[in-house]
This record gives sequence, C-alpha cells and structure tokens, in this order.
Amino acid sequence: MALDDQKSVFKFVGTRPDRPDGLDKVTGRAKFGADAYAAGMLHGAILRSPHAHARIVKIDASKAEAHPDVKAVVTRADFSDKVEFKPGLAGEFWNVLENVMAGEKALYDGHAVAAVAATSALAARDALKLIEVEYEVLPHVTDVDKAMVADAPVIREGASDYSVPEGLHPNVVRYHESGHGDVEAGFGEADLVIEDSFTTEATHQGYIEPHACLASLGGDGKGELWCTTQGHWIAQKTCAALLGIETAQLRVTASEIGGGFGGKTTVFIEPVALALSRKANRPVKIVMSRSEVFRATGPTSSASMDIKIGMKKDGTITAAEGIFRLQGGAFPGAPGDMTAMCAFAPYDLTNVRQVGYDVMANRPKQAAYRAPGAPMGAFAVESVLDELCNQLGLDPLDVRLKNAAHDGSKASYGPTYDQIGLVKTLEEAKAHPHYSAPLKPGQGRGISCGFWFNHGGETSVSLALSGDGSAQLMVGTPDIGGSRASMALMAAEVLGIPYENIRVTVADTATLGYNDVSHGSRVTYASGLATIKAAKHAVEKLCERAATKWGIPVDAVKWEDGCAVPSGPNAGDFDPLPLADITANMGATGGPISGHFEATPEGAGVSFGTHIVDAEVDPETGKTAITRYTVIQDAGKAIHPAYVEGQYQGGAAQGIGWALNEEYIYGEDGRLQNSIFLDYRIPVASDLPMIDTVIVEVPNPGHPFGVRGVGETGIVPPLAAIANAVSNAAGVRMRDLPMSPPRILAALKSGDG
Amino acid sequence: MSKLHVSTTVNGDSVEFLCDPRETLLDCLRDKLNLTGAKEGCGTGDCGACSVTVDGRLVCSCLMLGVEADGKDIATVEGMADGEELHPLQQKFIEYAALQCGICTPGVLVAAKALLEKNPNPTEEEARYWLAGNLCRCTGYDKIIRAVMDTAADMREAS
Amino acid sequence: MDYHSPASFTEASALAAATTGVTRFLAGGTDVLVQLRSEMVTPDLLIDIKKIDGVSDITRTGDGGWTLGVAVTGAEMSEHGELGREWPGIVEAMDLIGSTQIQGRATLTGNLCNGSPAADSVPAMIAAGVTVTVTGPDAERIVPVEDIPTGPGKTSLARGEVISAVNIPPRGQNGGDAYLRFIPRTEMDIAVVGCGVSLRLDGDNVTEARVSLGAVAPTVLLVEDCASAIIGTALDDAALDALAAAASAACNPIDDKRGTIAFRTEVAGVLARRAAKIAYARAKGEQA
Repeated sequence: MALDDQKSVFKFVGTRPDRPDGLDKVTGRAKFGADAYAAGMLHGAILRSPHAHARIVKIDASKAEAHPDVKAVVTRADFSDKVEFKPGLAGEFWNVLENVMAGEKALYDGHAVAAVAATSALAARDALKLIEVEYEVLPHVTDVDKAMVADAPVIREGASDYSVPEGLHPNVVRYHESGHGDVEAGFGEADLVIEDSFTTEATHQGYIEPHACLASLGGDGKGELWCTTQGHWIAQKTCAALLGIETAQLRVTASEIGGGFGGKTTVFIEPVALALSRKANRPVKIVMSRSEVFRATGPTSSASMDIKIGMKKDGTITAAEGIFRLQGGAFPGAPGDMTAMCAFAPYDLTNVRQVGYDVMANRPKQAAYRAPGAPMGAFAVESVLDELCNQLGLDPLDVRLKNAAHDGSKASYGPTYDQIGLVKTLEEAKAHPHYSAPLKPGQGRGISCGFWFNHGGETSVSLALSGDGSAQLMVGTPDIGGSRASMALMAAEVLGIPYENIRVTVADTATLGYNDVSHGSRVTYASGLATIKAAKHAVEKLCERAATKWGIPVDAVKWEDGCAVPSGPNAGDFDPLPLADITANMGATGGPISGHFEATPEGAGVSFGTHIVDAEVDPETGKTAITRYTVIQDAGKAIHPAYVEGQYQGGAAQGIGWALNEEYIYGEDGRLQNSIFLDYRIPVASDLPMIDTVIVEVPNPGHPFGVRGVGETGIVPPLAAIANAVSNAAGVRMRDLPMSPPRILAALKSGDG
Repeated sequence: MSKLHVSTTVNGDSVEFLCDPRETLLDCLRDKLNLTGAKEGCGTGDCGACSVTVDGRLVCSCLMLGVEADGKDIATVEGMADGEELHPLQQKFIEYAALQCGICTPGVLVAAKALLEKNPNPTEEEARYWLAGNLCRCTGYDKIIRAVMDTAADMREAS
Repeated sequence: MDYHSPASFTEASALAAATTGVTRFLAGGTDVLVQLRSEMVTPDLLIDIKKIDGVSDITRTGDGGWTLGVAVTGAEMSEHGELGREWPGIVEAMDLIGSTQIQGRATLTGNLCNGSPAADSVPAMIAAGVTVTVTGPDAERIVPVEDIPTGPGKTSLARGEVISAVNIPPRGQNGGDAYLRFIPRTEMDIAVVGCGVSLRLDGDNVTEARVSLGAVAPTVLLVEDCASAIIGTALDDAALDALAAAASAACNPIDDKRGTIAFRTEVAGVLARRAAKIAYARAKGEQA
C-alpha cells in the first residue's frame, strides 16, 4: 500500500552532515558498556563449564563465600522459579534463563554455572577458583548433521514444538516447509539439473565491545541497569522475568553500543549482575572477556544444505528445491525457517520448495547475526546457479536478470512483492565498470544476489520543542551505526529547522514507551517513520497555535519550510510564522508543544542487493586475496548516504571474513579451540580492498520517505559471490565455508571442492 | 603482595596510582585514572582498541603492566585534541563517517596519529598494514583508510 | 605475584634461582601478559629485565656482527637501517610478528623463550646462525638459538638462567637471508608454516646455507637436507625442487586449528623455494 503523502523532494534527507555523537566518539568521551562506575560498586565474574555436556552434580561455593573480598555468590537457585519451560520458542524466557545460568546440566563449553561479586575484578576472578563444581560428563555433539542421527546425544527432551514431523530426532526442535508449484514437474522440464550439498561453519558477530553492564537491584524489587544492548526494553522485560520482579520497576539505560550485528539482542550477563546485586545489596559491574564472548554469547548457526535447481538452456529456472539444516546451540532458535524462506526469494519461480530444520547441539545459544539465516542459504543457492551458468555457458548476471523477482512476483515464501529493487540492482551491476573489467591470470569473478525481509516492530518516539525553537527527539532504538544522524535529518525535514538544532537521545526505559530491539534493519525504517509522525504531530500543534493567533481555522494553516503559513489566498494575508516564534510563547498559548507516535509499522519493505567480487587464489598455497569488491543495494531512500555506504561496506567485510577465514573450531572434546581474535580471524585492514558501493533507490511504499532498511541485506550475497569468484579462479567448486587455504589447496590437489 | 606505587605522566599530567602487579596499564588508565577512552576489546593484543603511546611508541595498553608505566610518558585519545580544537584526524573521521559504533575509534585514532608522525606520506598499503592491529567490525575499513589518507594529505599541505 | 625489576642480569638470575615457584622474565611482555590475563600461567615471580643497563642497545661487535639487548623491540630493529640491510631476513621475521602495537614491545628473546614452534623470528635466527648469551647463577654460556627450544612452551634454560644478549654473526660478503611465513590473513596470525634461509655465494654458486622451518614440528627445525640440496648449486630449478622436497620431508606437523598436516607439509616446500630465491637475490645484491 503506497502512502498517499510519500515525499520525494528533500532539503535535509540525502545530505551527509556530521553525526551528533561524532565529537564524543573521537575524543574518548562516549560512554560504552564498560565505561560506567558506581559508588560502592562490586565486580562480578562468572564460572563457566569446561565441558560440552555434563550433569551438574554439586556446586560447593562455601570457600568462595567465606572469602572476605567476596560479597555474593549466585547459582541458578537465585533466579525466579516461575519461568516456565515450553517447547520451541514458546518458552523463550526459560531458554534465556537456562542459557544465562545452567540448571541441571551444562550444555556447552562456556555455559555459566555460578557467579561471584567481589571487591575488585581481580578478586572476583580469583574467587571463581574457590568454587568447586562436580560434573558428570555426558556424551556431546556439536555437528548439525551428527546431531540429527538416531544415536546422537539428546540435548533436552521435549524441546520440539508442534511443527516437527513424527520420527525426527529430539534435537530437531522446529521445522519449516513452504513453496509453490510442482518441483518434480519443473525438474522434468529442465535441460540441466544440478544437485549439490554445502556447509557453512558458525561465525561470531565479532563486535569489538564485549558485553558489559552495571546493575543495581534492591530487596524492594526496584532496580537500575546500564548495559550495552541493541534493545533495552527486551533487556528490561527479560531481566524482570528472570529475577521475578515487575518490568516497570527495572529501569534500563542503553550505553553507547560498540557493535552488535544481532548479537546484543538478548541478555547474558545482565540478569546475573542483577542477581548478584540483589544478594550483595551493592551495585555490580560485569564485563565479559573476549574469550567469554566467543564461548558463551551467540554465534550464528552452522548449516548443512542440499540444493537442486533445474534450468533450461536459455537460463530459465524451471524448478528449485532446498533443504536447510541449521544448528543453533543447545536451545531452539536456529533460523532454518528464515534460511529456507530467503534462499530463493530473489527469483520469480514457478516451482519452488524449501525445507528448514532447527537443530540443537552442544554449542552456545545462537543469536541473530545480520539477516540471520539468509547468508547460508544464498551461498548454497547462488553457488548452484553459478555452476549452472558455467555449464550452460550463460552470463550469470543475464541469468539472474532473466529470473529476477519484480513488482508483482509471487515470492518463494508466499507473499506477492510490492515495489522492489532487485532488477535495478542487477542492471546497475551490469552497467558497472567492475563487471566488464578484465581479470588477471589467477583471478576469478563472482556475483550473487541477496534478499532480506526487513522488519517493523513496536516503536515509540517522542519529540519536544524548546522555547528557542530547538527540538529534542527521544527514540528507543540504540544507535548502532549512525541512526541519531538519520533521525535528526528526518525530523529536520518535517519541522523545517536545521539538522543541528535537533538533539536526538536514545531514551531509557523509564522515559519512553516500549521499543523493539534495534534489529531487522528496522531503525531507520520504523524509528524513522515514528520520528516523522511525531514531528508531524508537533507540526499539527504548531499550526493550531498559528491558527489561533491569526484567528483562522486550523485547516487554513499549512507548514512550509519551518514556518506556519496561510494555506492559500482565501486563508488571509499573514506573514510566515517561524517555529521559534511560536515556541517562544508556547507556555502562554496552550503549554509545551510535543509530538509523539507509537505503533507497530508493518510496511518495512523487502530489500535486495547484488554483489560483484574479484578474488585471486595462490595456486601453491590456496591463499585468497579479495582484489575488488562492489556492493549494489536498494536502500529505498538513503537518509544519510555515508552511513548507508558504511552499512554496505561493513556487510561485505563481514561476509569476506565468513567466506574465507572465520569459523568456530571445536575439538573432539567439544571445547571451542579458537576463542580469541588471534585464531578467530576477522578481516584486518590489510586484508581488504576499498569496497565500492552503489545505492539504488526504489522507494519503499511503506515509509513516508521511501526508506528500506539497509543493515542486513549486505551480508547476504558475499558468501556466495566470493565462493563463485574463488571457484572460478581456482577452477574447482568450493562447497564448504570457510574457504580456508588448507581447504582450497586440498581442493586444488584433488580437483574437487 | 601489597600494591605498588606508580608515578607517571598521562597526556602531560603527572599522575600517581597504586596497582596490583597483575593489573595492566589499561586497567590502571580506566579503573584508577577514569580515562575510559582506551577500550578493552580482547585483552590479548589482537584488536588494538586499547592503543596508547608510551614514550611516543604505539603499544597495546592491555599488554603492558601498570607498574611498567612508572616514569613513562603516556598519551591516550583523551589527549589528542588541543582544547576545543580537534586533531585533524578526529575532525576527518567525523566528516568522513569513518566510524559507525565508535568502539574501535579511540585506538584507531591513536594508531593513525602515530603513523602520520612517523610517515607523513603513507601509501594506502602502508596505512592498511600499520592499522592491521586495529580491528574494526563495522566499516570494512574503507572510510577509515580514506580519512587517514586525506588527513595526511591535508597535514602535508598545511605544513 | 611478586614483581621485581633488578638492575643486573646477575641479580635477575639470583632472584630466579632463589624461588621455587613459577618464574617469568618480562621483556616486551606480549606473550607473558596474554598468559597472565588468560590465567594460563600466573607466575609467582615476575622479573622485569628492562631496567638493566644496555638491554635496549643494538651494538656492532668487533668482528662485524651485532649484539642486541634482550629488550630491543621489533620496531627498534626495523628502524635500525644498517642491521636490516645486513640481515633483512631476521629483521623482517621479527617485523612479521603481530601488529604495529606488538612491534612496539615484542623482542627476539621473548619470541624465543616463549618456546612456540611457530615463532617467526626463530627460524630466521637459526638460519642466520644466531646465538644467545645465557646468564646463570654460576656462569655465563653462549648457546645456539636452535638449542634453546625443546618443545612447545619449553626451553633448555635451567632455573635461574636468563638470556642476557642476542649475538648475530657478521654477515660477511655475498651473503643473504630471508624469512617467509604462511598465514591465512595478511597480518596478525600465527605462522602456519615458516621458513628461514641464509646462504652465501661464490659467483652464482651457493657455498654455505642454513635452512630452518617453523610450525612443522614440536620445535623449530634446522634442516641439513635442505642446505645440502642447494649447496654447490646455482639455485636452478632442480636445486629448488630438491630443496622443496627436503623441506616437505623434514616436516613432522600436527593437524590443528591453524592448518593440516598435508597443508603444512606441502607449503613448507613452497616457502623454502620462495625464501631461498629471495635470499639468493639478496646475496647477489639484486634485491633489498
């Protein structure tokens, strides 16, 4: 549904002003999670299981409790016993509780089993060694395929929800199947059918800021929590449930956030710090070490996938089928359904079927990571498409253009697309000099498309005008990439006052209504929409004041360029009344002027991107260098283009890491082997080329300015685009990520990936 | 063991603190001197978020003990601006949107400043290798490198 | 943990000899602090040797070699033009370790005493014939670098012994060295394979050579077969093939998170070939 008042000519939107928090962030003044201190503060530390799967027979904390520096020790018994276990995602509070503090069993290497609060960080760490835990080690499984076979250790009976068909292993906890048409008939029409299997390893979001919080909770059930989070209302709600207190009694303030990418959409240490604080009756700070971040916070899922696609000689896809098995740690939640729904979404298909499995294993609870589930599926599907093009001698961009979903296409996952930008991104890719640039020997080029749904979510925004005509805007979505700048731009556009006159604050849970997490690429869309509506709400009131002053009906006043003006010659002859002139007297003309908006916007607008990448493979060592990279993605409308480019570049860089070097490596003992940045190898500056970007703008009908979320789609195409480039450079099809040098060299030696 | 007394200079100020010998310079800067600009991203010298200079030499403050700072001259991001006037790198980072979340920014700025002091005319490759120990997960480094290169050009022109 | 910063190696040695607990010497600290922080090793006694006179000096010796103090950092080595012109392999190997920040602290001696088979500077030092001076409670001794590591994390140093200097031999005429390592990224990784080569020429022919491999066995290897494969040759293709084969044959690696046995074995040969070519070009004066 197109909004009737969608704007297309802008004064502020589309410019690139300095971000409001820029000065704080280049001077070290910005306060992140670990930068808070409180009088009388204690330091917390968490004891973690060294076993992948073990029954907790006994925890003896008496020696720690007796130590003079130790002020509190907590275990599972210190959390609410009212949180109910339910199958699948229906009992997510229980799942989170079980994750933040183990109950009967430790379920993965790094699972929290107890925690202490002591007078210093060193004292807290030392005190952990005084806690004795007796474990009965159980058989474990960390691989997704192995976790589904009959004799695999059962992580938790009863965790499977209604969606799971009979006869599957109890570790399969959710099942998804969708599609349309007749795939068998479609394969029969194909000139070439390729069926192949792919795997991806779990990767971590790799935010540079470890989880950190400062908690204070009294025996009266009133608390304060400062934490680095993508969503402080979800932290409030979850912590309250886990501690057995009322939601509104816990005030949560979001710190500046040092990266999240989905990984800070839930809680880990926050309930533990609150429990310690309640027991010690003092504020407690907990800061995770990097190793704790890797071992115990959400990586993404690992995946095992089977793809079958049929194509005619002219490049028409006749049928497509995919089976996607995603491992999400010892809890339900692996986004097998998302993987399945996104995998074929870029294409207009007559016959398509997709199946997704959510599988548990003895690994940390997966958390969202940028378009959760989508990159893996795109890797598998777009690799097969590339192979079909290679074998049929077709241009991979032409084939994608031929099959591309367009306005009105029935999506592979059900709905019919409204106005979408995929074709535009493909046309831009084809016209881009990168696509026709010559390659050097040893280099290969790959392309891939990618899709993400984008999300709306519950949103509240409030805007208050000051007497001097400046405005303060209160949003509830933590700023994870420059959103305060884009909010201020949108508010400036509506109010008609300069960008610099607007101060945007990420409000705490006590000062604004509920806001969903900064996820799903929803912030610029949903908080932006709410900002526009809140500003319009304020403008209505400004027009009312002008109407009263002029003695004309309010519908005879319109808002133009920061001033109330008569709506036409019949409305009367009055000079434009600037905003500051109205606010200067607002106390005497009816009181303070504010605008607000609360809703759950539903028109997020899906997003597509196309990436072009060149890779060079050293045939003697299997080492890959990314030599050129271009991102083309539909933003709907880029509010602050520099930060849109930044999202594109960041998504590509994370995808490069995932494709080439990043992975969770488990030993035979089920312990994570690479829980530091030395061996969890994210791209460094010297690994990457400049990353070119093309912002396509096909307006989203569901947003007043046409915005589509841009944060997530950018990580969907890279895995496949790079795999296609590497496979074309090496002359062997790479089917398993990461494409580490040993893997590529082995493929080169055997002639098969 | 009782705590050790350390006298040192941070951003030109004489400071003193008591520390456990196990505490790092980063712990001391943050928890004893309230200079929280340097961040702990890893604690193992792999991310560079804690970058400071010690007697002009770029180091990870997580890989140096607080007690080793005795008698040294430490510079952190908090000392980069001259009063109200930002260092050209700080200015350019804002202008170029060379930060997204901003957690790596203090370390990147301290490291980039050290680069330009040593090599006012770095190639892109030199800048990328110099900054390889400063992990950034948000930006893909593109805008960071552009900001560093263009600041270098501006500073060469101005000098 | 007790912290001491003695004024002499004799005092440092005496402190170490007098304790029964876990002792670590602190130079750059880039390994010691990581172990301390992760609680892999919490020493009872930490002896900071940076307050000892001369530990940061790079000194020309009477015979034309070099003595490096044990606290000389990688950055100081890289900035010392002359040392790098004579022994580019050693200086580059040291420079490959970690980031710019790590270079500001890390030392050759620390890299050696950490006992890692993947230590980048160690194959380069072994190839170059570097020795270290070891100060003990009773005496001082000179030890070839290859005799210091005895296994992962282990050295031949006795309790109370501390390395007090690094001795680099004179480069002499027509010599060249090189070190190459394989890592999956471009920076910041631990070597999956490393190879140091030092050689001397008479005209086009190799007359002396030492080849050392890292990360392919429990300790860094000095591979005689690699040296004999190229001595007496002009480093033609046949010699390079023989060198690569000898390097691969010398490998006794493990499968681990950084690489596989097959990969390390194969790439050891590749790196030996590439490093030898660089060392050869340097010996001929054709490459810096």
